[in-house]
Amino acid sequence: MIDTAIRFFSAQPPALIWGLAGVLGVLTLAVGVSALLPRLHPQKDYANLRQRIGSWWIMIVLLATALLAGWPAVTALFAVISFIALREFLSLAHMRPEDRLIVLAAYLTIPISYGFVAADIYGFYLVFMPVYVFMFLPFAMACIGQTRNYLPAASTFHWGLMTCVYNLGFVAMLMRAPNSEALPAGAAGAVFLLLAATEANDVAQYVWGKLTGRHKIMPKVSPNKTWEGFLGGWATSAALIWFAGPLFTPLSGMGLAILALSLPVAGFAGDVTMSAVKRDLGVKDTSALIPGHGGLLDRADSLIFTAPLYFHLLAYYGLEHF
Amino acid sequence: MRWLRRLAIVALFRPLARVFTGADIVGRERLPLKGPAILVANHASHVDTLLLLTIYPSRALDRVRPAAAADYFLKGALMSWFSRSILNIVPVARDRVATGEDVLAPARAALAAGDILLVFPEGTRGDGEAMTRLKNGVSRLAAAFPDAPVVPIWLQGAARVLPKGAAVPVPMNCTVLVGEPLKFGGDRAEFMAALKAALEALHAQAPPQRWA
Repeated sequence: MIDTAIRFFSAQPPALIWGLAGVLGVLTLAVGVSALLPRLHPQKDYANLRQRIGSWWIMIVLLATALLAGWPAVTALFAVISFIALREFLSLAHMRPEDRLIVLAAYLTIPISYGFVAADIYGFYLVFMPVYVFMFLPFAMACIGQTRNYLPAASTFHWGLMTCVYNLGFVAMLMRAPNSEALPAGAAGAVFLLLAATEANDVAQYVWGKLTGRHKIMPKVSPNKTWEGFLGGWATSAALIWFAGPLFTPLSGMGLAILALSLPVAGFAGDVTMSAVKRDLGVKDTSALIPGHGGLLDRADSLIFTAPLYFHLLAYYGLEHF
Repeated sequence: MRWLRRLAIVALFRPLARVFTGADIVGRERLPLKGPAILVANHASHVDTLLLLTIYPSRALDRVRPAAAADYFLKGALMSWFSRSILNIVPVARDRVATGEDVLAPARAALAAGDILLVFPEGTRGDGEAMTRLKNGVSRLAAAFPDAPVVPIWLQGAARVLPKGAAVPVPMNCTVLVGEPLKFGGDRAEFMAALKAALEALHAQAPPQRWA
């Protein structure tokens, strides 16, 4: 039993194991801090912080297990994530009762889109959602025959599918990079850095904003976001990607510099774009799925923007397969 | 048959509710775990009853019984069996009110036995938006058991998962909002007004539902 475990872990790329161990270390540290804070400030309530950290454990254990288990597990996990994200989005967006079955059809594109990931047919994956679903769903809506608010309804479906299914699917697609690629920590290592850098960027922007934030950056959309948070988070995440990049990705030099500079901006963009959507819909959280965090879309908003960017930069600068 | 009901709710309805509704719940700690107690909810879909059974803590599940129309739920052998064995309904013969029969007798017996009774005072499924007029039978039950807490519950979104008349359920997020328990104060009309206000206050807190 223990032998099998040791053999399994020693067969994994060392950088991935160290990376996961580092994340668990940071989380353990956070548990320590959250246990210490109530003693320093007994009058404050830290229940939300403890809840947030508790949820982080679950999310990280799920993602780490999937990464270690390989591409089928990551594909299945992200198909489920896409489903939950799309359900949150379609439940909050303006929907027409006539489109009930279109909602069902929209969900059915998830197994097809992820099916192309599982079958490793990158070309089909690329065009299925943005070209063919884009044409098919509006056609099906036309067949139903309700033309009132037709265009806003069709656009809403497409927006939800592109963000929740297509963009998030690139995480699973990246797992299909074969071992023959020059990936220093395998495909799982590359995906690990994407997830870690995206979440670290969220946290870094939040912490910089809390500590030094003065000047609001988008008061109409995200009143809590500041220039200091954005720039501090940008510098921190860019440094993290620049130094960790060579351990997890095939990038170096120019390619790595572009990744380090652009990924934090994409994360920020995803965050505020989803904030604008939520503000339009009149909600603060997209659901109550993740205690302390809100809905899945609240947590995955930056990943929706970073995943395709990370994928395409790796594909252009370092991967033969895509 | 208790084990079959538990198995159906835990192993079948719970995962189904997760997939089809997300089963978000606000105020779960306010659900009564001991009877007699009355849960009062708005009604828009068959999903309502199943959703409430799935979000209930397992240890109190055996006690939760939905009051349901006998003319609908005890029609046909299969439906009857499902209603009695799995849902464990308390039948209400709403079609025999005019005959002067005491149609709430089974509900009173259930409360006397310490059950947690789930009541949909609208009497039928609505369109999932505003509530229709509340029938005041629930106030008679509350008057008969003045110490039983009456817990208002708003179920948001079930009409989109499975509206009245639809055959195919479609996954959409639902939110269950559990309010503070009310106690019967002595006046039935006042009690009904307080109940309606409590339900509408919960409705106002529910996530928006743009379905038009």
